[in-house]
Amino acid sequence: MATAAAHQTARTQPHTGQSGGAADDEAFARVFDATVAADERIEPRDWMPDAYRATLVRQIAQHAHSEIIGMQPEANWITRAPSLRRKAILMAKVQDEAGHGLYLYSAAETLGASREELLDKLHSGRQKYSSIFNYPTLTWADVGAIGWLVDGAAITNQVPLCRCSYGPYARAMVRVCKEESFHQRQGYELLLALSRGTPEQHAMAQDAVDRWWWPSLMMFGPPDDESAHSAQSMAWKIKRHSNDELRRRFVDICVPQAASLGLTLPDPDLKWNEERGHHDFGAIDWTEFKEVLKGNGPCNEQRITQRRRAHDEGAWVREAAAAYAAKHSSGTEVEQA
Amino acid sequence: MTTTTHTRTAALALGDDALVLSHRLGEWMGHAPVLEEEVALGNIALDLLGQARILLSMAGDEDELAYLREERAFRNLQLVEQPNGDFAHTIVRQLYFSTYQHLLYGRLAATEGPFAGLAAKAVKEVAYHRDHAEQWTLRLGDGTEESHGRTQVACTALWRFTGEMFRPVDGLGLDPAELEPAWLESVRGVLKRAGLAVPEGPRTGAWSAGAGREGLHTESFGRMLAEMQHLHRSHPGASW
Repeated sequence: MATAAAHQTARTQPHTGQSGGAADDEAFARVFDATVAADERIEPRDWMPDAYRATLVRQIAQHAHSEIIGMQPEANWITRAPSLRRKAILMAKVQDEAGHGLYLYSAAETLGASREELLDKLHSGRQKYSSIFNYPTLTWADVGAIGWLVDGAAITNQVPLCRCSYGPYARAMVRVCKEESFHQRQGYELLLALSRGTPEQHAMAQDAVDRWWWPSLMMFGPPDDESAHSAQSMAWKIKRHSNDELRRRFVDICVPQAASLGLTLPDPDLKWNEERGHHDFGAIDWTEFKEVLKGNGPCNEQRITQRRRAHDEGAWVREAAAAYAAKHSSGTEVEQA
Repeated sequence: MTTTTHTRTAALALGDDALVLSHRLGEWMGHAPVLEEEVALGNIALDLLGQARILLSMAGDEDELAYLREERAFRNLQLVEQPNGDFAHTIVRQLYFSTYQHLLYGRLAATEGPFAGLAAKAVKEVAYHRDHAEQWTLRLGDGTEESHGRTQVACTALWRFTGEMFRPVDGLGLDPAELEPAWLESVRGVLKRAGLAVPEGPRTGAWSAGAGREGLHTESFGRMLAEMQHLHRSHPGASW
């Protein structure tokens, strides 16, 4: 215990905010590098490079934003879910997503950002969310396709993040992944019921998979040779695998699942490559990906407008809660001060 | 199945209340004023949907009952079908209803009737719903001038639907009128603590008394059902 405590002290940035000078910074940097190299976790009060902090704030915030924007395409079907069991599952899932958003904003706050400020950046378009949520949910089967493919891709991306070098993020991901894998199985089961249902239901399931397959592959980000942050994130052990590596892994998982669902994947070039031990697959439309990221996807405008509206229309509620809290806790605060 | 016609009538009344209010709360998802309320409103909606599923199953097939009855066959209170309105309307509707539901389930849990088991489980959930609604009524009523004004409007607008809760329900095993004094005392107490005026208008009238329980609903209800039932009705006989 004594050793651990001493180590902790050495890693901890002085609270005073006073710079300890270049020599001290170098010493802190060495401890940081050693911690990352030893696969130990960086914690909120540890010294960390400014760029590491900034990268994490950006990544965690965008992850949080994706959870709350991601509520919209699915919530779109809550009032129309075709059975009470499915309605309960869907409501629970959307509620989980709000919870994931909360964990992730808390994780980002350990790095000195505030939820308020991050939401403001989302609403003003200065921070992004996952491009996938800019696609519309046109039929009930889309709810299943999102569960199977979108949550499946998210899990493939997020499981390695459970070992991310930043402790609060890694711990949030452990909780998030448990719930996500449940959602993914539910989505698969929803599609299976449709696939085995009436011809109309089967066609609905196939149509949804046809529309969600390529956008799901885009969730892994640009190809490795065009990924701006990858090398540094991998060196810092924020990221553990390259975009292309995770995408390949995802395709290999989905192909047999599609077969057991009795559905096809919309890619004529998709086939097993014995030599590589992976599936070969067709070219992704990176122009579409870039357009969606730029704000020109089918639902970008709608998603952000709904988010802003919920926030703006809720302003009086938040103000009321703050005013009430101030009135009813002012006495305590004075005493504490 | 030993369910009597009387029990079925009461199960439908309570089940429809929970189903319809759950649906209304589900409409909030993705639109709440803070993330914590996305979680809380979703949580309450889920609890109510769980209650609805048990109650409707006591009366028949839950999906047939939810998706294939028309407006005139639904037995829910007019209160729970009221549109969400602003957050204050949603909270006041919740305050009025969860206070009633908490008293009702508390009493039913102590009986030996067919609803005792469900009520014993649900009373814990609705105690939380009631607390949530009371806390928000205090924050909104005693918050800012705007929140006070909006909440006062909601209290008055929804007051006229509260008398119906205390009309007799066949097969319930108790007379809801017995719950009325405690309901009035509790709701008045919360409104007073929130600095809100207790509405003075009628709580029943020829136009509303017992109407929901008899299948007479307000105009927005048919539209709500159209949305809820559309997909299920488009695929007759399909399973999901």
